[in-house]
Amino acid sequence: MIHGLVQFSYLIATGLFVFALHWMNTPATARRGVYAGVAAMVIAVAATWAQPEVVHHVWIILAILAGFAVGVPLSRVPLTAVPQRTALSHAFGGLAAGLVGTAKFYLWSSEGPENLTTFRMIAIITEIVLGYLTFTGSLMAAGKLQEVKWIPQRPVTYPLQNLSNMALLGIAAVAGIALTIAPTAAWAPKVFPVIIVLALLFGVLLIIPIGGADMPTVIAILNAYAGLSAVAMGFVLDNKLLITAGALDGSSGLILAIIMCKAMNRSFANVLFGAFGQVQQAKIGGEQKVYKAETIEGAAQVLEQANLVVIIPGYGMAVAQAQHKVRELYDQLKKRGITVKFAIHAVAGRMPGHMNVLLAEADIPYTDLMEMDDINPDMPQCDVALVVGANDVVNPAARYDKSSPIFGMPIIDADRARTIFAIKRSKKPGFAGIDNELYFSEKTWMLFGDAKNVIGELVKQLSGGSGLH
Amino acid sequence: MARRIVPSLMAGLLVVGLAATAVAQQAPAEAAAVQPIDYWSLLFVFVLSSFIGLGIIRRVSRLLHTPLMSITNAISAIAVVGSIIVTGAEYPTPIRIMGAVALFASMTNIVSGFLITDRMLKMFKTDHKQIEGGRS
Repeated sequence: MIHGLVQFSYLIATGLFVFALHWMNTPATARRGVYAGVAAMVIAVAATWAQPEVVHHVWIILAILAGFAVGVPLSRVPLTAVPQRTALSHAFGGLAAGLVGTAKFYLWSSEGPENLTTFRMIAIITEIVLGYLTFTGSLMAAGKLQEVKWIPQRPVTYPLQNLSNMALLGIAAVAGIALTIAPTAAWAPKVFPVIIVLALLFGVLLIIPIGGADMPTVIAILNAYAGLSAVAMGFVLDNKLLITAGALDGSSGLILAIIMCKAMNRSFANVLFGAFGQVQQAKIGGEQKVYKAETIEGAAQVLEQANLVVIIPGYGMAVAQAQHKVRELYDQLKKRGITVKFAIHAVAGRMPGHMNVLLAEADIPYTDLMEMDDINPDMPQCDVALVVGANDVVNPAARYDKSSPIFGMPIIDADRARTIFAIKRSKKPGFAGIDNELYFSEKTWMLFGDAKNVIGELVKQLSGGSGLH
Repeated sequence: MARRIVPSLMAGLLVVGLAATAVAQQAPAEAAAVQPIDYWSLLFVFVLSSFIGLGIIRRVSRLLHTPLMSITNAISAIAVVGSIIVTGAEYPTPIRIMGAVALFASMTNIVSGFLITDRMLKMFKTDHKQIEGGRS
């Protein structure tokens, strides 16, 4: 009887999870999705806990309390730190899957070897390999995003890197096959930790050669791995709720990773294995190019005359903490009846959708946040394109310069606007490794200075000057 | 309109399918010590729910991809279900310790995942009032 009730609860939870994600398709219903997800989780936990084989309750309560104690502070991090938090939670997810797989293997190999069927062994090996590699890989990713000192930020490469990584994975695969064939052999409990260690090591090695620009893709891939490790756990435990929820997570990670790859014009393999160690070579030689600088007053006047202003934010805006000043500028321009839109490139920010969240936090209505494909057709009608902290995503070299590392990447057509203002911290060219041709266009005027200060000055100019006109 | 119905329909199909397997599993007596796993039904569930996932996620607004990743994080922490059994059942202590750590890790994901998703979603506003206030 209780078994039937448990299955029924799992069924309800599955349905609620599906609806939770379905409601995420528009901001208007998205919060409903969270409530559905919470309800599903409570039902699933309660049903599991009520099962007769659960007899020790103290440890469960303690672990749950500890989870709350860590989880609540983790949910209050600043929004610029959300990518790290996300990577960290992938690590937790991977760890949980790995530990449950390990526990089940040792349990069954000591008291119930008949449970270790071929199918189960394949599932267990998949679960622990995915789980543990997600654990260390995500920790590395979180460390890189947090800019922890002892984790190298730059891609680390060495000769035969791909080959040695593959060899590691190969050894793990051989050990896994051996275990699957003879799960009850005397040596089996000794071989199992070898696979764990190899998976942990592989996770680290997989992430160290990946540079900061690829982090959004990597986070999405790790998301998919964490989901798949939950699926594998479902196969091990014969639990369909784990399989459905894990599959939802896995497909989400996959889709986000594909979107990120497309936005950078790269393939999966290229992100994970291809571009190892290709340090961007700055072009040497060429004629000396000069920037044209504009004053705050001049820029404010041009902005006042505009009908359509498109602001193109990049992560540099968030680094300078300029979001709220940008919002004030938005208000000032709106007050004059000027249409203001934000052009958001898919890889703006450090994880999928990051820039939207940062702007939403600054109270900018999401109806004015436009995707690249939606805003590009309007760019020729745009009077002023204001580039704040973005660089590669507006570099026209991506369209034609085959030698550029970003060649082929879809970009926001800032150069097609009538006037371009770009805010840049220093006059030094090649700050970000590659020169941005946009900055040398005859329509482009540079505003030098810290993004927050420059926008703040613009706002002051607009609010002070408005009475005189 | 059809695009709205299709995912709901697929979800409905999955629920019916799962219900059928749940009922079917009721039928055999619970006496057998080792119940053989019906891998095929597990694989079916996996493949079908992946298709549902792909169909639904593809339609999630790009605005919400960061909250989406946070909520799927919380959802995949459903591993909590496995951890509760490993922690709470009559198993040797080392096994239960592993379970407790896994339970802690999943619980952290559930709590922080749902809370941060809601916190981010609260920020997404159409802001009619402020815009109109600004114009006047």
